[in-house]
Amino acid sequence: MTTLNTRNRLLKDRLMTWAVCLLAALTAVPLLAILGEVLLRGYDQLSWSFFTEPTPTAYRAMKAIEAGEPIPGGIANGIIGTMIMLGMAVLFAVPTGILCGAFLAENQKSRFAQTVSYLTDLLQGTPSVIIGIITYIWVVVPMKGYSAIAGSVALFIMMLPLIIRSTEETLKILPASLKEAGLALGGNNARVMLRVQLPAAFGGIFTGVLLAISRVIGETAPLMFTALGCSLIRWSVDKPISAVPLLIWEFFNDPNLQELIWGASLFLLLFVLTLNLIAKYLAKKWNQ
Amino acid sequence: MNDKLYRGFLFIAALVVPVVCGGVVYALVTDAYEAFEYFGFFRFLTSSEWSYTDGAEQYGALPFITGTLMTTLLALVFCIPFSLPVALFVGEYFRDTQVAAVLGTVTDLLAGIPSIIYGLWGFYTLRPVIMALDISEQGSGILTASLVLAIMITPYASSLSAEFIKMVPNDLKEGAYSLGATHAEVVRKVVFPVAGSGIFSSYVLAIGRALGETMTVTMLIGNTNNIPESITSTGNSMASVIANQFGEASDLRLSSLIAIGLVLFLITALINMVGKIMIKRARIS
Repeated sequence: MTTLNTRNRLLKDRLMTWAVCLLAALTAVPLLAILGEVLLRGYDQLSWSFFTEPTPTAYRAMKAIEAGEPIPGGIANGIIGTMIMLGMAVLFAVPTGILCGAFLAENQKSRFAQTVSYLTDLLQGTPSVIIGIITYIWVVVPMKGYSAIAGSVALFIMMLPLIIRSTEETLKILPASLKEAGLALGGNNARVMLRVQLPAAFGGIFTGVLLAISRVIGETAPLMFTALGCSLIRWSVDKPISAVPLLIWEFFNDPNLQELIWGASLFLLLFVLTLNLIAKYLAKKWNQ
Repeated sequence: MNDKLYRGFLFIAALVVPVVCGGVVYALVTDAYEAFEYFGFFRFLTSSEWSYTDGAEQYGALPFITGTLMTTLLALVFCIPFSLPVALFVGEYFRDTQVAAVLGTVTDLLAGIPSIIYGLWGFYTLRPVIMALDISEQGSGILTASLVLAIMITPYASSLSAEFIKMVPNDLKEGAYSLGATHAEVVRKVVFPVAGSGIFSSYVLAIGRALGETMTVTMLIGNTNNIPESITSTGNSMASVIANQFGEASDLRLSSLIAIGLVLFLITALINMVGKIMIKRARIS
């Protein structure tokens, strides 16, 4: 009787181990499926002109399809739009985020800092579509039009909490002796932060910025009501502008342009995942 | 730079966050006010009519609240059987090994894929499967959206759960082993009870993510403005109705959409707050 019972328990144990392994391994399936599909359907669309030419109009694309030719044009307008908006967002979000993160790390016990910390979480959890609405109300309505500025404001709001958090976390795990040594050498708080703490935390902060960029670069919803999209290559910041995810959305909705979906997705996916892997690699390297 | 100036500088930077949050709430409330005033707060939330015929406009949020709740809960149900094993794999069975690191990278990458690409994959790969299996005729709907949502929230739930599973004290587990418990029994009788509240809170945060997910749901839910009758029927979530109609809306409809945004914001804020508080408690104990 007891042996049977023991055998049962051992069997259950083995079953459990196998179930855990099997189910855990299954999570790799969607990743491989998505990567595989985007790669297989998108790789032959990537060419030089795909990155240098703007999106064709639906009419031109229709003509090409009728003539049995590949759709002309590419996603240059989206790449440039993404770069402009991301650049502006990074330019403002990185300094603000680092300073705010430094504030939180320096004043951990103050009421105000705790409130700011809580609000940072709130902002980070806010759905991106709501960031889009807010930016529409704040920027698009007063400026009387969609613009790259509005798009970058939306991206700024999305990046800010991520950079604040990574700065704060990195500064907090620095040994206190580092700061004390700096102060003992006669530096004031600002000097120690700038010359000792921030350089020591550079790795963590840099990783945080990379991850923040990879998080927002694929965001579509907040750009739909702010940057809107545009089929021309534009360098001005006060007019509607396109972005790579916006183009994918456009291609998805326009039967004439559907052929372009996969190339654009492949580009976006590779970019985001590479950025992710680099960030992970750097984090590991700097942690050692 | 003198100390006072430095502190002032940091303070001003920190002020940006409350200002943005205050601005978010202020803008949502003022712009949603028109809809709430016209329909009444509770009638807006409980009315299931959404029609924009001129002169007889009727907007109610119930179909979208239902759609959001259905997709989120269903996604949670689909996500647990995979995220829990992943958490056990990384945090207990193969803790600190090379395979666990590989699985960790896999889930990290899954978390990194943009939601619009999840949507494309769901539309072009999963939807035909659902149609072929004869689960639903049009392929898109609550079920399709939830399945992809489940994949999207698995990394969040599993990485946080794994963290709590790793925190279970070794002497507790060793005690159980020395009494003759098998690994499975240790997991069930020691790891789960000890890490339980932490694991639970990680699912609360995963819900918070699923609630506001926009593009994937918009591409897969079918976009109809009625209360979904079953999990295979089409519908709209709060986020997807905003994504779909915001661009073309004006006046009362725009205000109604912003009101839905406000409701969504409040729900996610509440869920996230509950999750964070629970995590804090679980970490301390």
